[in-house]
Amino acid sequence: MNSLWLIPLLPLLGSAVCGWLHFATLRARRTDENAEGTGILAGYVASGAIIGSLLVAVRALFASGLHADSHSVESAAWSWIDLGGGFTIELSMVFDHLSSVMTMVICGVGALIHIYSIGYMKGDRGFAKFFAYLNLFVFAMLMLVLSSNLLGLFVGWEGVGLCSYLLIGFWYEKGWPAEAGQKAFVVNRIGDACFLIGSFLLVDLFATLDFSEMLGALAAVSETPGAMTKLTFATLLLFGGACGKSAQFPLFTWLPDAMAGPTPVSALIHAATMVTAGVYLVVRLNPLFASVPGVLLVIGSIGALTALIGASSALLQRDIKKVLAYSTVSQLGYMFLALGAGAWAAAIFHLVTHAFFKGLLFLGSGSVIHGMHDEQDMHKMGGLRKHMPRTHLTFLAGAAALSGMPLMSGYFSKDEILAHDFASGGYNTVLWLVGIMAAALTAFYTWRMVALTFYGKERFDVEKVHPHESPASMTTPLIVLAVLSVFGGLLGLPAVFGDHIHFLENWLQPITEQGNAILGHGPPAHSLSLAVEWELLALGAGIALFFAHRGFHSYKNGVQRDLDYRQAVPARAEFFEKAWRIDSTYHNKIVVPLKLFSFLLATLFDQFIIDGMVNGSAVLARKIGGRIRSSLDGNVKTYALWIGGGAAILVALWRIV
Amino acid sequence: MFLTALTFLPLLGALAIALLPSADEKKQRIVALATTIVVALLGVVLFAGFDGSSASLQYIVDSAWFALPGAASIPIQFSLGVDGISVLMAVLTALLMPIVILSTWGHIDKRVKEFMIWMLVMETGMLGVFLATDLMLFYFFWEISLVPLYFIVGIWGGERRLYATVKFFLFTLAGSLVMLVGVIWLIYQSKTSNIAELSDFAAALSGTTQGWMFGAFTLAFAIKVPLLPFHTWLADAHTEAPTSGSVVLAGVLLKMGTYGLLRFGIGMFPEAAVTWAPLFMGLGAIGIVYGAFLAMAQTDIKRLIACSSVSHLGYVVLGMFALTQAGLRGSILQMVNHGLSTGMLFLLIGMIYERRHTRAIDQFGGIAASMPMFAMFFVFAVLSSVGLPGLNGFVGEYMILLGSFQASPFWASLAVLGVIFGAVYLLSATRRVLFGPLIHEANAKLTDMVPREIGMCIPIILVSVWIGVAPNTCLGKLDGSIDQLVDRLDGARVALELSNREQEPKLALQLAPKKGQAR
Repeated sequence: MNSLWLIPLLPLLGSAVCGWLHFATLRARRTDENAEGTGILAGYVASGAIIGSLLVAVRALFASGLHADSHSVESAAWSWIDLGGGFTIELSMVFDHLSSVMTMVICGVGALIHIYSIGYMKGDRGFAKFFAYLNLFVFAMLMLVLSSNLLGLFVGWEGVGLCSYLLIGFWYEKGWPAEAGQKAFVVNRIGDACFLIGSFLLVDLFATLDFSEMLGALAAVSETPGAMTKLTFATLLLFGGACGKSAQFPLFTWLPDAMAGPTPVSALIHAATMVTAGVYLVVRLNPLFASVPGVLLVIGSIGALTALIGASSALLQRDIKKVLAYSTVSQLGYMFLALGAGAWAAAIFHLVTHAFFKGLLFLGSGSVIHGMHDEQDMHKMGGLRKHMPRTHLTFLAGAAALSGMPLMSGYFSKDEILAHDFASGGYNTVLWLVGIMAAALTAFYTWRMVALTFYGKERFDVEKVHPHESPASMTTPLIVLAVLSVFGGLLGLPAVFGDHIHFLENWLQPITEQGNAILGHGPPAHSLSLAVEWELLALGAGIALFFAHRGFHSYKNGVQRDLDYRQAVPARAEFFEKAWRIDSTYHNKIVVPLKLFSFLLATLFDQFIIDGMVNGSAVLARKIGGRIRSSLDGNVKTYALWIGGGAAILVALWRIV
Repeated sequence: MFLTALTFLPLLGALAIALLPSADEKKQRIVALATTIVVALLGVVLFAGFDGSSASLQYIVDSAWFALPGAASIPIQFSLGVDGISVLMAVLTALLMPIVILSTWGHIDKRVKEFMIWMLVMETGMLGVFLATDLMLFYFFWEISLVPLYFIVGIWGGERRLYATVKFFLFTLAGSLVMLVGVIWLIYQSKTSNIAELSDFAAALSGTTQGWMFGAFTLAFAIKVPLLPFHTWLADAHTEAPTSGSVVLAGVLLKMGTYGLLRFGIGMFPEAAVTWAPLFMGLGAIGIVYGAFLAMAQTDIKRLIACSSVSHLGYVVLGMFALTQAGLRGSILQMVNHGLSTGMLFLLIGMIYERRHTRAIDQFGGIAASMPMFAMFFVFAVLSSVGLPGLNGFVGEYMILLGSFQASPFWASLAVLGVIFGAVYLLSATRRVLFGPLIHEANAKLTDMVPREIGMCIPIILVSVWIGVAPNTCLGKLDGSIDQLVDRLDGARVALELSNREQEPKLALQLAPKKGQAR
């Protein structure tokens, strides 16, 4: 027996307690409209629960001996669904080299965000409800990464989707957050539908959905005829699911809208954890994906395209959270770019550093929004560094990491991905170039955001708005995350700093070795000479510095450049601002026609054609029936008599014939 | 004796109510509630005592009833029994009824006595349908259960209740009569009315005869389910029925259709079922998407849920006619799930209808602010309905989709679209009813759910979570019967293959009449 089940179950328990506190508060409000009730305890309950999970996970990490030879620890199994014919879905929690990393990120960054939320959500009427949802999310996310089984993963996968829906629509009274939540859920469901079909194909191939059993049987299964076609479809469909959850083209359009939720939600769910679930899925099943190189190419291309769409769409946004949202879309694209090159560890490395710096930036933007009394338009900010020094400094650390400033965490993780793509050669070189372009754009928009928010003159009414620094419960998590953003790169230093210095790559070796073996090579960049690696690092640093400089200096004195650009090339400006018009195209070409179709189907086809046929035959029957109406009085007893009588006649007929 | 008691206790309760003075409505309600609670407890006992590993009938009751006239004098037995196919249905019926009765406190205030009597008579009819092991007895209960709903909708229904009632009655009657022909033919051919013996007899019939019989039986059931294109009575009946009527209709009465398809369509005529399975899978899968599109266009919340039933029962039929282990098991479980989740949705809609006297979606909006408890329950029911993992709906849906994928990847993939569209119409209804600003003044002061209403929903929630987390406790009851059914189907496939091989030249002739049987 071990305590692995405790890791997800503690937050579930926390969630239940917070939900109870919420209803207790509602009851208290029946007598006193503004009573806070016991709801204020929810923040501590929820934070306590997730810290509890973190402690259990840390203990598991040290007690399990993962660092030695054993590759995983498994909890007791729960026999979930017996599908008959000897096929049963068993759920258990598995703590291995991959899920340990994910658990640390979820619980670590998650705990910081919980603590931050105590300050951020203070005074909200749904305070306890917020923490109930947040803890429920952590439960689902932990189920996702710890499950031993694809269907168990799907439990978490849909669970995080639900919490995302609930939290995006948290301020439902406003209307549009509820719409955004619904959009997120529905778009994700498109991916989930793919996921489901993919899982059916895997059952067909492997007769199991257990990860270790599937991977163990892979070699034998791929020999069977027709297996490769099925595997190609299965992996493509699973990747379709990943596109939904991880906001990749063509399913990324829900993420920018998801910013309607409270900012800690954007930090936790839409930056640090949930949206990386797709990356996790691919890494978890990396041998399957490695077996079908064509699919890897698709993944890499989608990743590169998404990185470019996201980065270019972030260029002209006025809403600070929208910049970060498109930036997240773009950074997730980088992770898939890495996966496409078979650089599994690099994807996880970027996932981890991104959780640090993007979580930090979101929380920083939340602090700004909080200090500015719910203002999100950067055109109405400026000069905030004087008013919010701690937020400003930590935000700089996050921005430096995101834009890939030398030696920051994002610098190492992003350049590693690009190096892998460069080293893969061939078609991947094109993807590498796209990645470089996106990196340049990233540096530009990041520092535009910094300049517009914290520098230049105050573009708000100083008399009316008094920006203030956030309380310590909010700034402390910022500081911790800033430290992690700056030094997180130590987890994966490139080879130029020494042999086998990439901690994460070594740590994930047991997970990635099967996929690498199938691909026939290790991480691609290992083939590069040190000289080339140095050149790539220098190139990355140069691009980041140059474009960050451009971005910062174009905007440090105000918003004029935005206005000029919009005036000079209005069409292009709108194209970028509207994210390549993809969302509006979906709306016009898919959503509206479907609505029209359903309207016509229900009001015309179903009512007149289908029902008409039925009623038509009824009219006919009535005409015939009119002749014998005298014998019918509409009374059910008479009908019953008719049934009996008819039966008797039929019986009699039968006997005669 | 146990099953006799279970089946006829409601009738006894009805009798007791009939003897009560008409004015004493309180006593009538209490007797009705007490009766259904006792039946529900007996249902729990039945569930606990049922041995799922065995395929044979359990709790058998068997005594002579009457003999059909004619030279052979065929004995009709009063025989009840329960097996893996019926046990969950019977328990579901028993458990739902107290909740239904409790819901009438809110909306039945005229002719209470009659209403309670009809409800209890209906319960006897429904339990009898699931428990009868004699075909004549089955038909008897089948018709008995039809009549009370006719009155319930016709007397206590909404404005267009007469239109809805007549439509409902004619539809089901048309199907029933065709079935009756089949019933009589079968009984006189086989000289028995025992379902198990009939099944052996019917399975040995020639392919063509089986096809005709299969058609005669399944038409009635397909109308009841309702399967496309016979679904148009459902939305009208649901919309006009009082809340309690809708809950019984969605929760149990529709399941009589799917149960019949399984017990008779598949169980009795396995060769015909194998032959016609693609048609039914197709109708099921199309029904899923079609029902979802119908639901999307609705402006009346109750009608929307009614259309969603068409979609959800499409899953049940699809999974059933996949004729695979996972599909069959999933479809039985999904019958229960649909009863729970859609039943709960109808209950909840009834609650806001009682408060606002409207069902138009645009008359609501933002009521999560005034009715937070209601919002929570509503969202729960919706999530159970869209198949969120961890709740009951997912388990059934996944089993059905997996099982039908094994039989037909095409239809299963089409059906998976229902996963998307289901979320579209249910979540957008949720949003338009619960979220957004409170635009209508009348909604601002709504009272939240009262303890009675919460008490109605809590058992459903508990069972939903229980099935979602530990479905094996239910699925385990199906093992023996489903194994046996799958064996039968395997046998039928082999037989079909043999006969096809023998009759290769006659194949063209064989196909011609079969096409006519499709409907």
